[in-house]
Amino acid sequence: MSRAQMLAVTWMNLQSLPARWGAALVAVIGIGGVVMVLTATLAMAQGFKAALNFAGAEDVAVIVRGGSSGELASNLLGPEARVVVDAPGILRDASGPIVSPELYVLVDLPMRVSGTAANVPFRGVGPRAFAVRDHFRIVAGRLFTPGLYELVIGRGAISQFRGLALGGVIRFGSQNWRIVGIFEDGGSVTESELWSDLRVLQSTYRRGNSVQSVRARLVSPAAVTQVAAALKADPRVNVSVSTERAFYSEQSRALVALVTILGTTISIMMGIGAIFGALNTMYSAVAARTREIATLRAIGFGAAAVVASVLVEALLLGLAGGLLGGLAAFIAFDGIAASTLNFQTFSQLTFAFMVTPSVFVTGVGYALVLGFLGGLLPGVRAARLPITSGLRST
Amino acid sequence: MNVPLVEVRGLTKEYQRGDEVVPVLAGLDLDIARGDYIALMGPSGSGKSTLLNLLGGLDVPTSGEIRIDGVSIGELGSDELAAWRARNVGFIFQMYNLLPVLTAEQNVELPLLLTSLSKAERRRRARAALALVGLSDRARHRPRELSGGQEQRVGIARAIVTDPMLLLCDEPTGDLDRKAGDAVLDLFDALNREAGKTIVMVTHDPRAASRARRVLQLDKGVLAGGGG
Repeated sequence: MSRAQMLAVTWMNLQSLPARWGAALVAVIGIGGVVMVLTATLAMAQGFKAALNFAGAEDVAVIVRGGSSGELASNLLGPEARVVVDAPGILRDASGPIVSPELYVLVDLPMRVSGTAANVPFRGVGPRAFAVRDHFRIVAGRLFTPGLYELVIGRGAISQFRGLALGGVIRFGSQNWRIVGIFEDGGSVTESELWSDLRVLQSTYRRGNSVQSVRARLVSPAAVTQVAAALKADPRVNVSVSTERAFYSEQSRALVALVTILGTTISIMMGIGAIFGALNTMYSAVAARTREIATLRAIGFGAAAVVASVLVEALLLGLAGGLLGGLAAFIAFDGIAASTLNFQTFSQLTFAFMVTPSVFVTGVGYALVLGFLGGLLPGVRAARLPITSGLRST
Repeated sequence: MNVPLVEVRGLTKEYQRGDEVVPVLAGLDLDIARGDYIALMGPSGSGKSTLLNLLGGLDVPTSGEIRIDGVSIGELGSDELAAWRARNVGFIFQMYNLLPVLTAEQNVELPLLLTSLSKAERRRRARAALALVGLSDRARHRPRELSGGQEQRVGIARAIVTDPMLLLCDEPTGDLDRKAGDAVLDLFDALNREAGKTIVMVTHDPRAASRARRVLQLDKGVLAGGGG
């Protein structure tokens, strides 16, 4: 099959498209709808991953009680926390080791959209918490004052929960807390949280001097193994050590997997429907052009050129649907903030949909696969049409 | 003695209709000399169009052999047969079979896309073929902007643009009024007498048949009086 043959037949196919625009539009919109769902789903998963990955530095270790699945289930008593902060591999400066013992409790806040109560992480942090977090900064108001019932709230939390406003007062643990600042942390998962002074939170919730995790800046990312080995060998503590990135990744593994699997399953099922739409379009295109195809075959055009022309048309319809769906998903979802319950941590996770180039390309690629599958059988049928009866068809 | 351009030997064609086998051509023999101009006549269902399709390699016989210019076309594969058709046969159809989205010139240029000619050369030849059928001024018109007679003349230009040795015409005047039909038949005369084209024309019209050098009558798949 020469390229000229294929181009000529394809060109003729495409020129006859306006006469069949209704069916073509159904296929394009059908595929576009599927791609929109897939792209939105992938954008959601991408948003989760970004929120969690960004939260996780490679040179920060998170240390929790051995065997606990996360901060909520962990508990480190005061003496244990003191052993932990002295482990070799943890970075030190003039003030001592750069570590932040942290308490992590869940409080109820109504969701902004539904009004239903949601678990919101309330974190008590030590004075060096900001030295272990590179992206943390106050964007409005000020930091809480140690020893006072003051808190700062994450940017993501404001957009998702009611009752949070700078200067407002909110009641948790039989105390009134004044909201004195708003922070951001590079779009990470910590922006879903409320933060206050560790000591104040410990006393409010009667936790004594126990904490749930210790964050420690490492001398290097590789030092995490050194810290882990040293603490494993120490009989006074039973802890689990991982980098912050690995910790968050593990925390969200099930959620990301669930979203990806659900989204992919829905997209596959919808895709099957879209393939039928494309099949219908291409079968009707072939039926409408039976005589033309037979004429081309009689003149001497090969079967392969006819198959290729139908396939190219289907691929172009798929491409149009893919671009349409991807663009629609981008316009509708990109950057939109949302939150969901991370059932591994029982806390609300705030994230933004991210229609990244790779997500967009994946959606368009799926559209091309749908177009190809929708065009293959009609193309083969076109090539197999008996020329003699095709020449006489109306 | 000159070898005939077309040699048909023991040609049979049967169609399967449910459980029933319907014979269309029954052991047909036929020779067609180079430069001949044959009108194939006969009642509906006599096998005229089937014979034409078999001669053009559009259909395959149940048995028998068709040899054209020394090539046994039954031995060619599907793609070889398509390439052979492109080089050697020009088809002219009753309903013209032009591609509606293409202009007259583009329709005529179509068979040349199967050659290695440059775009400029393809265009030059397409225009020359259109000039030959008297439609230079309609080159940029689409089929729906042409009369039936003009459409058929574009169909003829498309059939001759590759300079094939054999023209196969299936009821070429069947859908035209008398004047337009005569113009088409005049063209066939010129192509046969001046360009030496071998023409096989299926027709119901005795006036059209009278323009041919020979008239063959086909009845129930058999040629009346043999096909020599």
